[in-house]
Amino acid sequence: MEPVVQLHGAVTLLGRFPALAGIDLEVAAGEIVLLRGPNGAGKTTLLRLCAGLLPVARGQAVVLGHDLANRRQARSLRRRVGLLGHATGLYDELTVADNIHFWGRAAGASPTDIIAALTACGLDGRLAGLGVATLSAGQRRRTALACLLARRPELWLLDEPHGGLDQDGRDLLDDIVRQAVASGATVMLSSHELDRAAALAHRVVTIVGGTTDALDPLPTSEEPVLVP
Amino acid sequence: MFRDASLMAGKDLRVELRSHVTTQQVAPFAILMLILFGVALDPDRGILTRASAGLFWVSVLFCSLLAIQRAFTIEAADGGRDALRLSGLDPAGIFLGKAAAIFVQLGALELVLAAGVVVMYGTEITGLPLLVATCLAATAGLAAAGTLYGVLAAGLRVRETLLPILLLPVLAPVLIGATRAFEAALGGAAADGWPWCGLLAAFALLYTAFGTLAFGTLLEES
Amino acid sequence: MTAPHTAPPGPAGTSSRATRGLGVLSLAGLALLLGYALVWSPPDVAQKDAVRLMYVHVPTAILAFTACAITTVASAMWLRRRSEGWWVLGGAAAEVGLVFTGICLITGSIWGRPTWGTYWDWDPRITSTTLLFILLVGYLALRSIDNEAGGAAPRGMRGAIVGLLLLPNVMIVHFSVDWWRSLHQTATITRLDPTIEGTMLFTLMLGIVVFGLVFAWLLIHRFRVGWLEERAGATGLDQALVERRAEAGLAAAGGRS
Repeated sequence: MEPVVQLHGAVTLLGRFPALAGIDLEVAAGEIVLLRGPNGAGKTTLLRLCAGLLPVARGQAVVLGHDLANRRQARSLRRRVGLLGHATGLYDELTVADNIHFWGRAAGASPTDIIAALTACGLDGRLAGLGVATLSAGQRRRTALACLLARRPELWLLDEPHGGLDQDGRDLLDDIVRQAVASGATVMLSSHELDRAAALAHRVVTIVGGTTDALDPLPTSEEPVLVP
Repeated sequence: MFRDASLMAGKDLRVELRSHVTTQQVAPFAILMLILFGVALDPDRGILTRASAGLFWVSVLFCSLLAIQRAFTIEAADGGRDALRLSGLDPAGIFLGKAAAIFVQLGALELVLAAGVVVMYGTEITGLPLLVATCLAATAGLAAAGTLYGVLAAGLRVRETLLPILLLPVLAPVLIGATRAFEAALGGAAADGWPWCGLLAAFALLYTAFGTLAFGTLLEES
Repeated sequence: MTAPHTAPPGPAGTSSRATRGLGVLSLAGLALLLGYALVWSPPDVAQKDAVRLMYVHVPTAILAFTACAITTVASAMWLRRRSEGWWVLGGAAAEVGLVFTGICLITGSIWGRPTWGTYWDWDPRITSTTLLFILLVGYLALRSIDNEAGGAAPRGMRGAIVGLLLLPNVMIVHFSVDWWRSLHQTATITRLDPTIEGTMLFTLMLGIVVFGLVFAWLLIHRFRVGWLEERAGATGLDQALVERRAEAGLAAAGGRS
């Protein structure tokens, strides 16, 4: 079966700066891939590229069969992926339920999916009616996760998803990711929490200086790469 | 596209209902403008009544700047732009939805201003059909052009200063047309005003069409 | 480890035989125009010598509008083809257009003084030209910000859309202002243009041609400067890639120790 993500020598520019200077990566369907690397290496940019948000300046980039060099294909890719980034994209003035409902309906989710997503993320009950502005960072992260879950994307792109979540939240996230993969999704996540994320992932990819090193097998007792 | 537009418009109006920015900040600003005009142009000399059409529309114009800035500030918070690009919403629908929400808010502001002008400037309402038609056409043009230029300015840090200088010259024809139509209606010569109303409708159509086509491309700016 | 630099195509300087010829012709034309405008053409019956400003005011007005048309067409072509040349042309035309608009406004105002008694009257052309001036200022301001924005999407989309709308906006504004002012034909408002015939007509035509040459000369040079700026910026990619990848080399060395 064709890989979900195929990148060969992909170069992506932010302004004139080559945030990605040559990425070689293939991700098969149903895999969970962990991206690790120092700050500024390009992990976030890589995830955004795979979401279809950034154009590819050189090299080849095909995600879910969409060629990212083609603008139209890049745009049509977006509704098939889900990106959980540092920014949540939530509306502060609305409640948790309003937000999930809006973003879910925008992606064409049914009311059942939306309620299921609410419940799965532990946001039903009292929390659903709270304004997002009053939430803690961890609760916002959970709400954003629920918005993603409601869309039922084929490719999950998670940028440091454990950040801000408490222990329960992290366990919840891991469960949700495993369930998603079990129902056919593919996951790419970046994290600095290597122990937890490595336990979740099938394999690890190191990104440094906008390029991919050799693909590492799952690290057992390897120490985290120190930021120079 | 229309489904997305109504979803977007509904969301914008719900945000407004929860945050009360238009009612608590922009409407008072509108009244404040009327008062400032009164202070600046001696109320006893009848200038205010004669100029009420123009003063009304200038106030609407400045309020629309605030309303448009607000509409895009909502999206700018916390990575909203990326979220909209990823959302699966048709960009044309996003444009129409946003413009529709701004249209509704401006319409409400115009009612407030109309009441203010009648009460404070002593203007008599005549030619109501022309007045209403002008308001609809002009507001549609303001909302459409405003949404288009609003998204242009939205991603920039200098948006508060850039939007007025970009948008107001573009809206000058709306000011001219709406004021002339209002003067005709209030002066009892409504027949003279309808051609201006036609100009406003053409302007609104032009910008709605263009915005629908161009919004998707503009949304791609990070 | 040096990466190959791609040699920038295009001129190395901004003059060429063609523009030198054009420049000489423009200067000669200006001299001739000065002669006709100031000396050989007669003063107007009503406006006396003030009318001589018309020979600058009217051509610059026409060319300002032409500049807007060029910007709009260049923006449209950029949106279709995305080649840098169109982007540079749009900005160059707007800048030259801004200069000409400024000259038009100043000469119009000075010309109006003896005719109207004030430096400003709500003459339709002056009013809509002032709005044109501000439209150009806004466009150029947006372009300069857009140029620096580091966004990942195509640089210049915002500028292109505003540029595309420039000519339509100018036309709509001009039309509405004209219609509006034509409703107020009172005796105090007279249009600037006197009846033109004979030598005056010739001088006016000469003025349009000469200023057209000056406009073209300025536009070509401004375009070339802009083009060179673009080229200088674009050749950095290979070098930037090398530097970026060097981060990986350094980091690997640091991590292995």
